[in-house]
Amino acid sequence: MEQASSDLEGQLQPAPLEPLGYADGELEAAVGEKAEGAQEESSGLDTMTENNFWLKKIEISVSEAEKRTGRNAVNMQETYTAYLIETRSVEHADGQSVLTDSLWRRYSEFELLRNYLLVCYPHIVVPPLPEKRAEFVWHKLSADNMDPDFVERRRIGLENFLLRVASHPTLCRDKIFYLFLTQEGNWKETVNETGFQLKADSRLKALNATFRVKNPDKRFTELKHYSDELQSVISHLLRVRARVADRLYGVYKVHGNYGRVFSEWSAIEKEMGDGLQSAGHHMDVYASSIDDILEDEEHYADQLKEYLFYAEALRAVCRKHELMQYDLEMAVQDLASKKQQCEELATGTVRTFSLKGMTTKLFGQEAPEQREARIKVLEEQISEGEQQLKSKNLEGREFVKNAWADIERFKEQKNHDLKEALISYAVMQISMCKKGIQVWTNAKECFSKM
Amino acid sequence: MDINSFSPMMPTSPLSMINQIKFEDESDLKDLFITVDEPESYVTTIETFITYRIITKTSRGEFDSSEFEVRRRYQDFLWLKGKLEEAHPTLIIPPLPEKFIVKGMVERFNDDFIETRKKALHKFLNRIADHPTLTFNEDFKVFLTAQAWELSSHKKQGPGLLSRMGQTVRAVASSFRGVKNRPEEFMEMNNFIEIFSQKINLIDKISQRIYKEEREYFEEMKEYGPIHVLWSASEEDLVDTLKGIASCIEKCCKATEKQMSGLSEALLPAVHEYVLYSEMLMGVMKRRDQIQAELDSKVEALTYRKGDTDLLTEEIGKLEDKVECANNALKADWERWKQNMQNDIKSAFTDMAEENIHYYEQCLATWESFLTTQTDLHIEEDSEDKL
Repeated sequence: MEQASSDLEGQLQPAPLEPLGYADGELEAAVGEKAEGAQEESSGLDTMTENNFWLKKIEISVSEAEKRTGRNAVNMQETYTAYLIETRSVEHADGQSVLTDSLWRRYSEFELLRNYLLVCYPHIVVPPLPEKRAEFVWHKLSADNMDPDFVERRRIGLENFLLRVASHPTLCRDKIFYLFLTQEGNWKETVNETGFQLKADSRLKALNATFRVKNPDKRFTELKHYSDELQSVISHLLRVRARVADRLYGVYKVHGNYGRVFSEWSAIEKEMGDGLQSAGHHMDVYASSIDDILEDEEHYADQLKEYLFYAEALRAVCRKHELMQYDLEMAVQDLASKKQQCEELATGTVRTFSLKGMTTKLFGQEAPEQREARIKVLEEQISEGEQQLKSKNLEGREFVKNAWADIERFKEQKNHDLKEALISYAVMQISMCKKGIQVWTNAKECFSKM
Repeated sequence: MDINSFSPMMPTSPLSMINQIKFEDESDLKDLFITVDEPESYVTTIETFITYRIITKTSRGEFDSSEFEVRRRYQDFLWLKGKLEEAHPTLIIPPLPEKFIVKGMVERFNDDFIETRKKALHKFLNRIADHPTLTFNEDFKVFLTAQAWELSSHKKQGPGLLSRMGQTVRAVASSFRGVKNRPEEFMEMNNFIEIFSQKINLIDKISQRIYKEEREYFEEMKEYGPIHVLWSASEEDLVDTLKGIASCIEKCCKATEKQMSGLSEALLPAVHEYVLYSEMLMGVMKRRDQIQAELDSKVEALTYRKGDTDLLTEEIGKLEDKVECANNALKADWERWKQNMQNDIKSAFTDMAEENIHYYEQCLATWESFLTTQTDLHIEEDSEDKL
């Protein structure tokens, strides 16, 4: 018995990190014409080359957005925005691209795609979608989903999502993703037919596992903390940025009033008139310059927002690990208790409380044949249980291996992207300062000529 | 040449007066230097008030000494202004800072309020000193030099309260009668004053608003920088970048603060003084109209033979002189005032533009130097990867 329990303990240890090594037979690689040949993933490096190869082969863009009206599920009229997705294959030799597919999708279909990917690839940090509703709004931005600026930023976000999926070594080969880009009609039905919703873990189950799991991999616990911190700090940053933007807008726009008043004043001035008038013009230029400046900053905010939402994707992977680990722990516990029951029945000692034991005590011992039958059943269950435990363990280790590989990939991507975004912020500030210097230099000249 | 509204040989051409005024305003000819400082609280059983120290340095013969130090309170300044207006009803007397600020003032003796008032009082006295006529006013001299008890006794001389009240009543009455015969140039002047008053008030409000918005921007920026430092605690690879950005934001904050103080020390008081000037100007116009109205009513009386014709004719003669003096004084001072206004507004806004340029230059330097550190690192990292 001791041997068995130590075996189980060994099986509970999280697996050490190993290079990616499995081929997911379920999913067909189907993106682009050359896809059929590249089903096997032999090693990480090869996968990367293959995918860069694919990226050269196809270009994806969300090129347009259009307002549509239609009938929704309860047959009421609704207005929504549809986005045009164009896929081009790039001819290898001369770099010319040919339009291969073009179809319209709405936001809810993107959501369906993502939910599908989340369920089918729980070990992958699935790229997030741009926000459903405008958050971190400062006063000028409309919180209205139909607002053209919001729609434009969403279009860019959706394109970014598709590009991220297409450049992911695993996700890009998914058939449903391929169909999303190529099959307009019936796509929703096709997705639902996969029955992926049935595979989804219930929120309640996941929550339960999070609280009750005893021995999760420390790296995932740390990752969970990291993703919480990331989410909290980026939210805070975005909130304050929005307030700063609001204030800056105020400062610039009030200067516009100078323009109007200077102009009116210049009418009564003989010598000062020209200077006032032209200075006023520069005040108007200054006031209107803030619109472009803040528009650019909005794109920066969107880049940060993507990683805010990525934090949720990281947490989803951690939750899946916790769920699997908890499942494993429960299976171990169950197996141990069955083995104990079996032992007790065999030796006649009662160490554990059981209803059967109580009734036996109260109503007399059972016949030896009954006991034998029970032992037999238990032995079968134990054998089954041991098989299941083995496969669960294997699954768990595979999951940790693959998840951690994707997390490393994600970390590199994140560091690169965030650094780029922060540097672009500095570039924006520089541009704003240069504009300011120019306007005020012009204004100063006008003032000095008054 | 002494220019004094009581002098009989006043030149009538405004142009020649401007030339002389410019000559007199040269700073190396300045012989009266005044400073206002050291506000102090003075407590008695009845009241509490602030006194300001006034130091005068002069080389003028008519002053008994070359240096004087006195303490004056706001009431004393009000008295001086009143006397100047009385003596020179159609000269443009410099404005005094307001008695109270209506909005947002809980206590009269708030530090900022006192500081602002002190600076405005300093400006007030110096403007009088620079004025070709007002600088030689006797009450002005007493104000600058007399000890407290001397000033009190001096104040008690002159027209009593009742006669001052009478003047006010007559002024109100004449303004009701309206201005029938206002000469063309004064119509233009009045029109200018009305529009100028509107515009300068708007500019005052806009400038105050800009200051307020900048203050709020500054407050938000103070919170913005540190978040980047907080973030750097959980990002190993982004520490330098994040901390760099936080440091840039902090430096820009300091630059904002400096720019804001430039605004509140230079532009805002300058614009506000002209808001008060515009009120002053409307008062001057009224007084001129009133003097003319006196003449007009006597002329009317003569026309309709009400009263002693000889007496009226004599009175009209005197009043005609009075009107001519008043008009000429105003015309000359008007040109001088406009010139000063132009210079003051021009320099206030030019300085404001300069401050803004400097602000943006500072911020630009900060961000550019951050960017070079980042791109240097980038180049280093890239070459490492290639190895």
